[in-house]
Amino acid sequence: MENKKNFNVTFYLLIIPVLLWLVILIVLPHIDLLISSFQVDSDAGGKIFSFEHYMAFFKNKIYWLTFVNTAAYAIGVTILAFIVTFPIAFYLTKVISKKYASFLVLLLLIPLWVGELVTVYGWMIILGDHGVVNQFLIYIGLIDKPLPLLYTNFSMTIGLLYMSMLFMVVPIMSTLESLDDSLIEAASDLGASKWTIFRKIIIPYSMPGITSGAIIVFMLVIGDYVAPDILGGKSSLWFTEQIYNEFLATFNWGEGAAFGFLLLFISSSIIWLTLKLSGQKLERVGS
Amino acid sequence: MIRSLPNSPVYKYTYRFYAICFFIFLVMPLIAISVLAFNNSDFVALPWRGFTLDWFFANTDQRTGFFADDGLIQSIFISIKTAFYVATLSTIVGTIAALLFEEEKFRFKGLLYFLALTPLVIPGVILGISILISSTMAGGYLQDHFGWDIEFLSPSFWLVVLGQFSFAATYVMRLVGARLKKFDRTLEEAALSLKATRLQSIIYVTIPFLRPAIIGAFVVAFLISFSNFNTTIFLIGSDPTLPVDLYSRIKFSSTPVLNAVSFLIVVFITVAALISLFLNRNKK
Repeated sequence: MENKKNFNVTFYLLIIPVLLWLVILIVLPHIDLLISSFQVDSDAGGKIFSFEHYMAFFKNKIYWLTFVNTAAYAIGVTILAFIVTFPIAFYLTKVISKKYASFLVLLLLIPLWVGELVTVYGWMIILGDHGVVNQFLIYIGLIDKPLPLLYTNFSMTIGLLYMSMLFMVVPIMSTLESLDDSLIEAASDLGASKWTIFRKIIIPYSMPGITSGAIIVFMLVIGDYVAPDILGGKSSLWFTEQIYNEFLATFNWGEGAAFGFLLLFISSSIIWLTLKLSGQKLERVGS
Repeated sequence: MIRSLPNSPVYKYTYRFYAICFFIFLVMPLIAISVLAFNNSDFVALPWRGFTLDWFFANTDQRTGFFADDGLIQSIFISIKTAFYVATLSTIVGTIAALLFEEEKFRFKGLLYFLALTPLVIPGVILGISILISSTMAGGYLQDHFGWDIEFLSPSFWLVVLGQFSFAATYVMRLVGARLKKFDRTLEEAALSLKATRLQSIIYVTIPFLRPAIIGAFVVAFLISFSNFNTTIFLIGSDPTLPVDLYSRIKFSSTPVLNAVSFLIVVFITVAALISLFLNRNKK
């Protein structure tokens, strides 16, 4: 009997901090976000319920165009990140010897921990008019005037790809590590071509890793601010920048809340759809 | 295709060439930053004008090096302080959450676990604005109804700590939870049958087993906090953290001192990574 009571005390000691964390910092803030997206100041000085902020979004072409553009871009960068990093994940787990692999994996993780601000700044230096790329091309005589690389969609894409692709490599590598080489050997012995092996064995096997990598990359890109703001041009339409402006420049919090909620809605829907289509659970994401 | 199978030279060298290109792409920004930290020029640009340590040590009217730049030193100090509190808080709560979800059975466990995982897929900007709105609402309510002016409910140091903690705890929970899955339950049962209470068995048996994961999670939470921008920017008061400070300088006034501080971060992370590689190798 006494033992049972102890169990209860321990249970409450464990659950109370977790409840405080989740209720105060996750659940309530999102409810408040939703509430304030439906609130406008009334003439009497109070708050009244209104669809005004959402109407503003749908009425102004620039807003929803940016919204669609950002979502499409995020999907594009996710696919690009997969194409660029899958061969590397395979190379590090299956092709080169383990001795070099652990060193290269470490090299892979350094930009991740250095942080986005620093690496985006690095790309700004490389792609600028007096940057490494342009100065090199001028030096070898290929061009006379610097190419407009920085402040374009090109530089923005590089920045987004660079900061997010490592979140794709790591989960793919962890699934590939458990892929038994003998499966590939057997297929090869039976006369399968490389392409067939890739399509029929390697891709299906690493699908859980690809899915969780894709979800993280998509979420990071659609919610990113630094790369579009620093590397993107004036014409780069980026929805997160609108949210930042509402909160930090024009102080229109209600509209910002509505935009934030729309961003949360689109990113959650796409992530949910990805999980459903691949039959994967949220638990696996990011592991 | 793989180590044990023969490959045509064309395939092998093309693959190797791609990998080399990828790693050049990977290290290029870090190298560009590091090299230009030592360029004797007032602008963050080529051409190379000779080697200098000015951007670390100078303190003249024209040039302020990193160690003379009080603003930068101050923001690094704030970042370290923030990261320390965030890491401590999220390590404690994240570990508790891992114990709760791995070892206890209760109603709504699935729902609660789902909620604990959501920060993985919520963009940082959304966490930032919702915590800002929520704390402002709470602050306004307490002010209007009770006349209390609670400082940490408006953008400030502690609000940043809470904001970063809200998602850092999830990462800790995942890291500690992964180790807890490998835990041999019979050890706890043995402790219980020896008349230890449930709490005692957690403190004296489970936690020591989890220690490596807890230390690792603390480091991860520290680094997550140290480099966070997206959530922090909305919750910051008058004292910027390093990423926020770097952002405004990159936007409005970049000088090679930014390269100097970035170079120091790169060196610090690289050395830390090498140490961890070395330690892991020794363990095996």
